[in-house]
Amino acid sequence: MTAAPSIIFDGRADIGSIQLFAPIQLNLQSGLWTCLLGGSGVGKSTILRLVAGLDTGAEFAGSVTASDTQPVAQRVAYMAQDDLLLPWAKVTENIALGPRLRGQPVDPNRLDALLDRVGLADHRSKKPAQLSGGQRQRVALARTLLEDKPIILLDEPFSALDAKTRTEMQNLAVELLAGRTVLMVTHDPAEAARLGHSIAILSQKGLTQFPPPATNVPRPADAAETLDLQARLFRHLTGVAA
Amino acid sequence: MKILWGFAAAAFAIALWQAIVSLTGLPRFILPGPGLVAQTWWENRAIIAEHTLVTGTEVVIGLIIGASLGIATAIHLAASPSTRALVQPILVFTQALPVFALAPVLTLWLGYGLGSKIAMAVLIIYFPVVSSFLDGLERTPKGYLDLAQTMQARPGRILWHVRIPAALPSLASGLRLAAVYAPIGAVIGEWVGASRGLGYLMLLANGRAKTDLMFAALLTLGVLSVVLHQVVTRLTAELGKDARD
Repeated sequence: MTAAPSIIFDGRADIGSIQLFAPIQLNLQSGLWTCLLGGSGVGKSTILRLVAGLDTGAEFAGSVTASDTQPVAQRVAYMAQDDLLLPWAKVTENIALGPRLRGQPVDPNRLDALLDRVGLADHRSKKPAQLSGGQRQRVALARTLLEDKPIILLDEPFSALDAKTRTEMQNLAVELLAGRTVLMVTHDPAEAARLGHSIAILSQKGLTQFPPPATNVPRPADAAETLDLQARLFRHLTGVAA
Repeated sequence: MKILWGFAAAAFAIALWQAIVSLTGLPRFILPGPGLVAQTWWENRAIIAEHTLVTGTEVVIGLIIGASLGIATAIHLAASPSTRALVQPILVFTQALPVFALAPVLTLWLGYGLGSKIAMAVLIIYFPVVSSFLDGLERTPKGYLDLAQTMQARPGRILWHVRIPAALPSLASGLRLAAVYAPIGAVIGEWVGASRGLGYLMLLANGRAKTDLMFAALLTLGVLSVVLHQVVTRLTAELGKDARD
């Protein structure tokens, strides 16, 4: 992996004549987690897809630039709410999807090491249908890590998991993605309060920053300052005056 | 249980058939009863078997060639959008032509033997196979394609590792359709010009007012089609089983 750059997203997006979001500037700090919150349909996934270079159906006026001035889209790894595992492929084949789709050889030692790190060494030959939801997202995380990209884009990857599994996945993701520039889109204030080095809420009017406490992530979900931040995020999201 | 219901349906159909014959008193050269047809079938079993073998051979060879051509075409069209834009209107236009109308020409070109009947079977199944497989290839879940794009995947490899496996259930339904259509193609070919095959036997029996033999041949053709459909269904059951999850 090359050194993780910081990313500046600067611009506005419209769908037809309707404004999706006003001009905003979102700064993804090098090697840290940025959590982007917002209600459904405000365009937070659009921002993530624009950073990834994927089509969005919206007209974007602006730029996505990296601090090292290198192109961005070629250096991202992407993980979505749907684990996007190929149901006909074994766990190992799913993890090695990137090299297989590029026609590159797969390093078996790296694959084994990754299986160990996500705790799926005993499941390597299984098909996705034989795994639980949490295990499937572990496979997706391993697939993301195998890409070894400096920029990681997470589009609500843990939102379909139960509370315990979600917390475990958050801890694992923070541990394994350390040192990479992470953008996580989420609708869950608790998740943002636990994981964000930088937290912003997107609405049609623009971005609102919520500086988190200076504690290490993942923050304990039940610590007073985490809960306080979560409450402030929740109030802003639901429109209750702080 | 499913087999039991199949037998029950057959018994019901035969009973209905016998009831119509008994109640209307139609002469045997118009509508022979099931008993007479069964007797004729047994008496002519050697001849029927010989002609069934001919038709069966035409159908199986036609299925293999037609399915292979259809699969290859669908993959080529999916891989190249410009080819697709060029070829698809032609494909649709050829479907507007009744295949029946081509049978005499095929016989003229390929003669009275197996060739023209295989060609008819190929023509009649080619489009359903291309159409259903291509449909599946064009409907790859978007999330897979997004993921592949962020991985800088090569188009040929996306086709091979993602789009084709995801389209196998569609291909399987196209092949099941083909199994039902292929005997129709072969029999049309035999009607137009042949000296062997169930279609030829039906035409011959009909011309000599041997309606019972005609029915015996017709029922044999029906059984052949059902068996073929069952075999193809079994063979394609594994195909794309995972992709249907």
